[in-house]
Amino acid sequence: MINELKDNGTILTNDRICEGAELYDMLIEAPGIAKWTMPGQIVHVLCGEGTTLRRPISVCETVGDCIRLCYEVRGKGTEWMKNRKPGEKISVLGALGHGFSHNKGERALLVGGGIGIYPLLSIGKKVKADGDSALAAFGFRNASLINYTEEFKMNGIDVSVITDDGSNGRQGFVTELVKEALATGEIDVVYVCGPRGMMAAVAGLCEAANVRCEVSMEERMGCGVGACLACVCKTMFKDNAGVIGEKYKRVCMDGPVFDSKEIIWK
Amino acid sequence: MEMRNVDLSVNFAGVTLKNPVVTVSGTCGFGEEYSPYYEAKQLGAIAVKGMTLAPRLGNPPPRIAETPSGILNSIGLQNPGVDVFIDEDLPRLKKEGATVIANISGSTISDYCKVAEKLSETDVDFIEMNISCPNVKEGGVAFGTNKDTVFEITSEVKKYSKKPIIVKLSPNVTDITEMARAAEAGGANALALINTLLGMRIDIKTKRPILHNNVGGLSGPAVFPVAVRMIWQVRNAVSLPILGMGGVASANDAIEMLIAGADAIGVGTAMFPNPYLPLEIIDGIAEYMEKNGIKNVADISATVEPW
Repeated sequence: MINELKDNGTILTNDRICEGAELYDMLIEAPGIAKWTMPGQIVHVLCGEGTTLRRPISVCETVGDCIRLCYEVRGKGTEWMKNRKPGEKISVLGALGHGFSHNKGERALLVGGGIGIYPLLSIGKKVKADGDSALAAFGFRNASLINYTEEFKMNGIDVSVITDDGSNGRQGFVTELVKEALATGEIDVVYVCGPRGMMAAVAGLCEAANVRCEVSMEERMGCGVGACLACVCKTMFKDNAGVIGEKYKRVCMDGPVFDSKEIIWK
Repeated sequence: MEMRNVDLSVNFAGVTLKNPVVTVSGTCGFGEEYSPYYEAKQLGAIAVKGMTLAPRLGNPPPRIAETPSGILNSIGLQNPGVDVFIDEDLPRLKKEGATVIANISGSTISDYCKVAEKLSETDVDFIEMNISCPNVKEGGVAFGTNKDTVFEITSEVKKYSKKPIIVKLSPNVTDITEMARAAEAGGANALALINTLLGMRIDIKTKRPILHNNVGGLSGPAVFPVAVRMIWQVRNAVSLPILGMGGVASANDAIEMLIAGADAIGVGTAMFPNPYLPLEIIDGIAEYMEKNGIKNVADISATVEPW
């Protein structure tokens, strides 16, 4: 167990996957980690000289002994990742935290905004493996940023896309697709990953429709193992006496996936 | 780890540590989170997350920002309160065989005394007074930047404590030796230094500070030379044992800090990229001792030969 929490993986591929943005898809052979990774979990990647902290990246899917990480180049850490070549080693810690949960029989809707679609692939596959239906509603800013939807379709997931500016398919926000899907009464659980405002809106729609909803939270992270209390989000809880209180929970350890009703969005 | 023919144990303020490597407060929770990586009993001691009399929510996020060779943090002493620590965490740590440093904070001197009094009836090995936290509105660093207040709070807490008291000093002062002397005069059994340096980062696009608290404490390799200098100064000013900390990221750093004057050393931020670092440092110190024919860790401490 101990050595499997930190793995020197081998990079097999590291390819750009989008014209409109610096989005990359890295496949890492890391058997010790791949074996334990559940849908929606994250790994903590060591990004070389000039970084003090690892970078949390959600695992898109596991393929045999490999984990697939899709990431956007945003700063020093991901810039370093972008420049890695197949065959190079990479230190990965994980898999960390708690991911998405699916109960057999639940018909699922995957809701993703931008790069938030990646962590939804593995839970989508799990839903299909459980024999249940999976729909996806993805929102992008414009047509040039649409990517990765084929991976979902290949796994039998029915994907609808909406863009902010209407440059591909419908114009509008992903919440419109969510409203329509919920209105059919054929959705039992919604999995969401994307910008905070979008997740809050979808969580509200699900609560109104009385549909279970899980959200994948993001926050600046330190240790990644729950020790430093840096990456927290505000949640509500009921104590034994039924009194509702507020508490900061750790995204890395208690999350990144939470029941949406727990999160205090304000 | 290789078995080496050296004695790594250290007598620190009357308590035997099995080696001089301590994981520092705020970076290792209450010892549970790193248990998949190593056992707490493998360490010299574990300094647990700062605790207060009543539970604290902590600061709103973002609480962390990366800086050149370091990090800024502003956690704000999130903790479940001393009673939960005593009931739930301490029994587990002691059962695992850990040597435990209970780090305490408060808004008033009376808070510190009450927490110390409660901990005195338990199995903790040390009480570490955090009078240097830069991230809370009241108390914290306010107690640690004036020598009269350092004396007062140390001597008051001593009255209520049956455990050895470590006073954790702030580097955010003009002359740290004044604070060290005040703590010694107040009856401290040991000193820990340094806590974090107050810093700030701003997002140039939004013009917002990255930390929600606007400012926070700087730690990591960036502060290491400051820590070494202050440990050396304090070593020359007082005779109390020193738990040295601040930016230690390798066995060589740890040895350098011992040479500067520390009796034991703390590891914190550098564990985040490498959870196994404390064990690597323990082994590195042993290897250094073996190579150089040093029998006891104490023979490394304060051996600097200044120009």
